[in-house]
Amino acid sequence: MLNIISMTVNGKEVEVAVDERESLLETLRNRLHLTSVKKGCEVGECGACTVLVDGEAVDSCIYLTMCAKGKHILTVEGLKGEDGELSPIQKAFIEEAAVQCGFCTPGLIMSAVEIVGTGKRYSREELRKLISGHLCRCTGYENILNAMERIVEETYRVTNR
Amino acid sequence: MGVGKNITRVDAVLKVTGEAKYVADLEPQNVLVAKVLHSTIANGIVKSFDLEEAKKVKGVVKIITCFEVPDIQFPTPGHPWSTEKAHQDIADRKLLNERVRYYGDDIAVVVAENDIAANRALRRIKVEYEELEPVLDPEEAMKEGASVLHKEYPNNVLGHSSFQIGEGTYEEATKEEGLVLLEKEYRTQPVQHCHMEVAHSFAYMEQDRIVVVSSTQIPHIVRRVIGQALGIPWGKVRVIKPYIGGGFGNKQDVLYEPLNAFVCTKVGGRPVKLELTREETLGCTRTRHGIKYKIKGAVRKDGTLVARDFKAYSNQGAYASHGHAIAANGANVFKQLYQDEKVLESESYTVYTNCITAGAMRAYGIPQGDFVTEALIDDLAYAISMDPLEFRLKNCMKSDYVDPHLGFGGTSFGLLECIEKGRQYIHWEEKREAYKNQTGDKRRGVGMAIFCYKTGVYPISLETSSCRMVLNQDGSIQLQMGATEIGQGADTVFAQMAAESTGITEEKIHVISTQDTDVTPFDTGAYASRQTYVSGMAVKKTGELLKDKILSYAEWKTKYPKDAMDICENQIVKKETGETLLSVADLAVEAIYSLERSEHITAEATSQCKSNAFSFGATFVEVEVDIPYGKIEIVDIINVHDSGTLINPTLAKAQVHGGMSMSLGYVLGEELLYNEKGKPLNNNLLDYKMPTAMDTPELRVEFVETYDKTAPYGNKSLGEPPAISPAPAIRNAMLHATGVAFDSLPLNPEKLVLRFMEEGLIQE
Amino acid sequence: MYDFKQMYLPYSIEEALELLEENKGAEIISGGTDVLIKMREGKLEDATLINIHEIKELKGIHMEEDGTIVIGAGTVFSHITNNEIIQTYIPMLGEAVDEVGGPQIRNMGTIGGNICNGVTSADSASSLFVFNAIMELRSKRGTRYVPMDQWYVGAGQTVREQDELLVSIRIAKKEYEKFYGHYIKYGKRNAMEIATLGCAVAVKLSEDKETIEELRVAFGVAGPTPLRCPNLEELAAGMGLNERVVTIIGKGVLAEVNPRSSWRASKEFRLQLIEEMSKRAFRKAVTLAGGEIHA
Repeated sequence: MLNIISMTVNGKEVEVAVDERESLLETLRNRLHLTSVKKGCEVGECGACTVLVDGEAVDSCIYLTMCAKGKHILTVEGLKGEDGELSPIQKAFIEEAAVQCGFCTPGLIMSAVEIVGTGKRYSREELRKLISGHLCRCTGYENILNAMERIVEETYRVTNR
Repeated sequence: MGVGKNITRVDAVLKVTGEAKYVADLEPQNVLVAKVLHSTIANGIVKSFDLEEAKKVKGVVKIITCFEVPDIQFPTPGHPWSTEKAHQDIADRKLLNERVRYYGDDIAVVVAENDIAANRALRRIKVEYEELEPVLDPEEAMKEGASVLHKEYPNNVLGHSSFQIGEGTYEEATKEEGLVLLEKEYRTQPVQHCHMEVAHSFAYMEQDRIVVVSSTQIPHIVRRVIGQALGIPWGKVRVIKPYIGGGFGNKQDVLYEPLNAFVCTKVGGRPVKLELTREETLGCTRTRHGIKYKIKGAVRKDGTLVARDFKAYSNQGAYASHGHAIAANGANVFKQLYQDEKVLESESYTVYTNCITAGAMRAYGIPQGDFVTEALIDDLAYAISMDPLEFRLKNCMKSDYVDPHLGFGGTSFGLLECIEKGRQYIHWEEKREAYKNQTGDKRRGVGMAIFCYKTGVYPISLETSSCRMVLNQDGSIQLQMGATEIGQGADTVFAQMAAESTGITEEKIHVISTQDTDVTPFDTGAYASRQTYVSGMAVKKTGELLKDKILSYAEWKTKYPKDAMDICENQIVKKETGETLLSVADLAVEAIYSLERSEHITAEATSQCKSNAFSFGATFVEVEVDIPYGKIEIVDIINVHDSGTLINPTLAKAQVHGGMSMSLGYVLGEELLYNEKGKPLNNNLLDYKMPTAMDTPELRVEFVETYDKTAPYGNKSLGEPPAISPAPAIRNAMLHATGVAFDSLPLNPEKLVLRFMEEGLIQE
Repeated sequence: MYDFKQMYLPYSIEEALELLEENKGAEIISGGTDVLIKMREGKLEDATLINIHEIKELKGIHMEEDGTIVIGAGTVFSHITNNEIIQTYIPMLGEAVDEVGGPQIRNMGTIGGNICNGVTSADSASSLFVFNAIMELRSKRGTRYVPMDQWYVGAGQTVREQDELLVSIRIAKKEYEKFYGHYIKYGKRNAMEIATLGCAVAVKLSEDKETIEELRVAFGVAGPTPLRCPNLEELAAGMGLNERVVTIIGKGVLAEVNPRSSWRASKEFRLQLIEEMSKRAFRKAVTLAGGEIHA
């Protein structure tokens, strides 16, 4: 029943034995112990399990691991610098008090990585749409948007200096 | 350092790195999977099971049915236990129930090696029921001949209470000539908490003790209820609560932990997890109570509120949970917020029905009670053509108000300032005038609503909390609380309070976030916006005790009198001059390793709280309604709060955002729906319309800081209050915009469109 | 874990067609955003899946020499929205699929899946209908082209045979050239939503931008399948741009729709929306076309 597939997870090539019925969420959590990837609904409605596959944000709960073969997967565990330094996105979430219960946080940070990665500038309204695949019950999205706005702006300035 | 500062959350780094451990992240390898079989009828009796096919499924370890659980009924709400029988919570459910009382009731459980086997077995169990007609409406359930859900309650009325303020009756009071009288029916709907982490626990045995790791707000209560449900001594149970992904009151109830513990004992103590699906979390845990109100109000044309008559019918659903406490709390806000010149009559019923069990949810009956209070106030003001703000100022609670039943109040009062700040922010008079006579498809309006809210549950229930501090060799401390971090920021404000009371700075205060009932001091947990107030008292008391012990040791060491010393930023200093005598770190290392006088300095204290205080606030909102589409846009909204002194203003503001958003969902679209058979229709996050970022406006927050003398640091309730007043404020803004009074929640597009057609705002 | 019997993961169309022929009753899964969710109910535990997720030939958008726009069935929504050909020639389609679910879903769900599941609420369907899109179906038996108006046979049902694979969606130049369109999705929320109603309106105006040369109106959820309003479209051709025409359109569509009442929305409510949305979408389409609606 198990298939051995290889993929690159957080910059490291891994070979992992997976059941073909397994979601990427399950593989990342249960086999690779990347527990930042949270399970909130299992049907792609809440966004807590968001990871990047080849640079694009997907709900890993409805992504079969077999389809990740040969691809690049990025989770929050892959963001920290080698010396443990937080990424600017993580810092922005802390500084803007965008974190409460923390359950939606890793997923949102991964969407932020995709958004910031475009190098584009976005209005607050555009950012609302770009994070609309994440449900959060604690924050009313206000401070999350503040963090997003800040990091988008900072990145834009740095790259267009 | 200390209270009033915007320090960063103590758990922020763990949470942005994904390193914070939640229940799912702690599950042992090879944990067995338990899945509950839920009834597919709402009312009836399980006659028999056919388990033959289910047992054949490879990987199935055990199937337990409702015929095989202990014959013990137990209570579930997160209330402090009462040692007096009359005040104990209602024990009306078993681990699995033969008597089915709602669609989704727990009737059997499968334990399997994995989720596929467990789910396959569930699908293969055949159940034979005796089906009864479901009763979904409280008033129907009260009628003679209605199906009886619990034999102990033959008319399905779980709770009834009444009181009267003032003399005579409403009827007598309204004989006065010239009064304007209103008779209204208001209705609120059941909604769900939607914490992003589902209800989840796992259990295993250590010799003859059961350990349960659970996503709960109330670990010490969970321990007690597991003991009660299984009929075992409470000390045989150990409950561990790690970080949790929100609770909002749903996890202030004991959910599936007792069943999880029981199942574990039936498989030889092997680890078993019971993780609900999102659908189960929405459909089989708890909801906010839907309540129907029948209200009468009498007002003099000069704007005097003369008399009111209040009747509430609260839909409890299948099991008692928090029961009548919610409807009763709602009746209290109706009483407290406005005083009638002559009389208020109040009567509330809480009634069992075949709906999902209703329980605690952020602000505990006050979102319902405040909705009816504030809708009525606008309707009365409208009826006498008086500005609703003026009408409120004339009749609302005064600064010296003391609740006649509860005996507290008047210790701090920022309500009027909240109203004033909101009025100015929204440009009240200007916009009330500007939007007076509108036509066209898009219309604007401004509305407001106010509230008051208790802090904790005293004097209705016990308020007690404990704290422990342990001094390390480097002068840092561990801070251990029975009170729980559930996302609200409790750990952070406790650290600030500990810094304030000990003189040790926050970076040297290590909060042990996890509660483990084996080692954590007792506290009843996170609810009733009690922790900064009640548990804060325990932090303060313990901090002072620790400081006293440190200074006692310092006195021995320095020969300088204790009373003349203080601790300031980790240094032991002379009070008068501020001169440093020695550092806490030097003292700590000495205290532990001294050959002469070795002392491990720790402090632990219990604080029983025998006070309460009202917090206050107001919402002001401007809406634009798109009439042909039935859509409400929030143009501008502000919440202004008096929560006393703020311990951490940034976190306080963040909490207000979340509460406002929850209330916006409540008023604009959230509702758990059932079909006529009692089957929930939308128990998933696609069909249940919790707001996304695109549905949420900019959320403005202001505070009026007062100092409450009963509080440890002048602080009052904050966690729940933000979820109260946005809903009625929006309802009232809609009245201003369109002249249409919407008296039932939510104000969803279909309801608006159909009503606008009826009222001629949308023409054929 | 998802409960199904087995899954094939072909890397080419040819391979997929062979698997489809060999495995009678096999289900095709593409982005997974619909099929996997259905699987949670346990109804597919005996199913064989043919997962076309990794077939590169099914992805991408190009224009043929005659101006026909060809959209690979396996193209995900976000790639359609961000595609230059779509943005230049049929922006309405890119905007419509930008309303599906949320950003992550749009990175996963495919336009082929949206059309093949046959649901009336598919956000891409109304726009494709308005552009008279043609479905290219392939099987070991050969290739056939099915126009949009023959695609749906009932609620959740299409003409696709079990062994057929939707390879691409084709839109001919004459169907989009000089057409300007607008899609409105009406949902209870502004994201993560299934359409309560979807309405696509496209217009081709006369040279002087004063009259309607051609009007096309399509709806989702206004009946058991996505539908067009042929009678109204015929009636509107040649009419001027004024408020009377707006009213005619709003009322005209009502005769050609057949929404039902469900717990999600009543028929009465849907009819009100249908009228209002068609008017609003028409106004917007006219504006986009450079026209102006006179009093």
